[in-house]
Amino acid sequence: MNTGDTAWVLMSAVLVFAMTIPGLAFFYGGLVRRKNVLSILMQCFIIMCVISLQWALFGYSLSFGPDTGQGIIGSLKWAGLNYVGGQPNADYAATIPHSVFMIFQCMFAVITPALMIGAFAERMKFSAFLVFTILWATFVYDPLAHWVWGTGGWMRNLGGLDFAGGIVVHASSGVSALVLCVLLGKRLGYQKTPFRPHNLPFTVLGGALLWFGWFGFNAGSALAANELAANAFVTTHVATAAAGLTWALIEWQQHGKPTILGTVTGAVAGLVAITPACGFVNPMNAIFIGIIVAFICYLAVAVIKAKFGYDDALDAFGVHGVGGIWGTIAVGLFAEKAVNSAGANGLFFGGAQLWPQLIMAVVTPLFAGVMTFIIYKLVDAVMCVRVKEKDETIGLDLTQQSEAAYTVIE
Amino acid sequence: MKYIIAIIQPHKLDAVMCALENAEIPLVTVSNVLGRGRQKGVTEVYRGTKEAGSLLKKVKLEIAVNEDFVAPAIEAITKSAHTGEVGDGKIFILDLYEVMRIRTGERGGVAIG
Repeated sequence: MNTGDTAWVLMSAVLVFAMTIPGLAFFYGGLVRRKNVLSILMQCFIIMCVISLQWALFGYSLSFGPDTGQGIIGSLKWAGLNYVGGQPNADYAATIPHSVFMIFQCMFAVITPALMIGAFAERMKFSAFLVFTILWATFVYDPLAHWVWGTGGWMRNLGGLDFAGGIVVHASSGVSALVLCVLLGKRLGYQKTPFRPHNLPFTVLGGALLWFGWFGFNAGSALAANELAANAFVTTHVATAAAGLTWALIEWQQHGKPTILGTVTGAVAGLVAITPACGFVNPMNAIFIGIIVAFICYLAVAVIKAKFGYDDALDAFGVHGVGGIWGTIAVGLFAEKAVNSAGANGLFFGGAQLWPQLIMAVVTPLFAGVMTFIIYKLVDAVMCVRVKEKDETIGLDLTQQSEAAYTVIE
Repeated sequence: MKYIIAIIQPHKLDAVMCALENAEIPLVTVSNVLGRGRQKGVTEVYRGTKEAGSLLKKVKLEIAVNEDFVAPAIEAITKSAHTGEVGDGKIFILDLYEVMRIRTGERGGVAIG
């Protein structure tokens, strides 16, 4: 046991906590219309409550519990946090209490379904959202986390690398978000009437908190206060800086003005892309990964989305899905053992890491997409996922929560 | 009695208030409003998507005056709010039927200022 490592991972858990609430909540909350801002804050907040309990009761055991034999899912041996106490688990982190590893991972399990809120914003019924979220966490996130990070997981055995969740967190939620927004349909009036963010300062505040919390997400994933954490911290920072600047420059060239929304969006795309790679690549290649992700995500958000006409309301797929897949492939290109001896060498360093990365980048979206489709259809058959037209017009704050965010008259 | 409604550029509010003050017309009600004229608003860009025809921010002044002050008020507003650019705004002048001061119950010209 190491007190320095324990302190750092506990602090990192708090940083990742802050990414969902208030970070993501305000990042998304500012982007919707004022009649729907509370529904976003509520969805982010209740996910923290619900998935934290799911994780303690059985989610952690399904993800990280002893493998049931095929590398597909963990057993329920650790359900109710049995065997998860003060003693370290050497398979995951030998120098910190097992419960510290569990609670750090809990914050990842929470933010992953919360990312999808961006796709179905402004039109999903609250009750259906709750049921969908619990099922998705159980049947998509938990198995995926086991495949990639769990002892005996098949992707882990294949040699697939995902330092902090590019595939498990971002690609999985991003692709699921795309499936969801297609199944759910467009918001009323989408592409016919203007949709303006109601409070961009909220979005900037939330985006900045995401960057802040992401140091825990990525550097904390070293699970120790060591050189690897330092490398992840540095690569995370420079990749994000590069992506934010690049997005602003792209907009400047395309529209004559750089926007703050674009710059923050670029930074988040940079954070997403460096997530799987931060503990395997050096800082200069991290900058390159950041520059490239800005171009790819800009294309997804500003060109591809408009062309196909799907209503990924706040670009959960365009930023997290696309960025996460690029980051996962980038590990196969830029990973080097000189950075992390437990890692591998990518294509540019004479290694064959690209193949397991490509397999992850193809199988994960397929799995997440198909499962999301099935879960959506099930929930829709039982309780109808979309709100009534009238409720959507009035806004989800009043119709789903019976509250209003802003008073006009005192 | 007249009721003057002036729609002006927000950044001209301080100048207009100052000019009205100098014309000895200190009484005014001001509100933030949105609107557009022949220039049809501005275009905004969010993540590469253009949203056209956004309404422009304007400031609305409402002033009730006795006949003697109508011409000075209009002159003060016109001079101080003028830039010569499109979007300087408009002044509407309406007949005012009655005024009543809530505190005292006074009516008409004596209640106006």
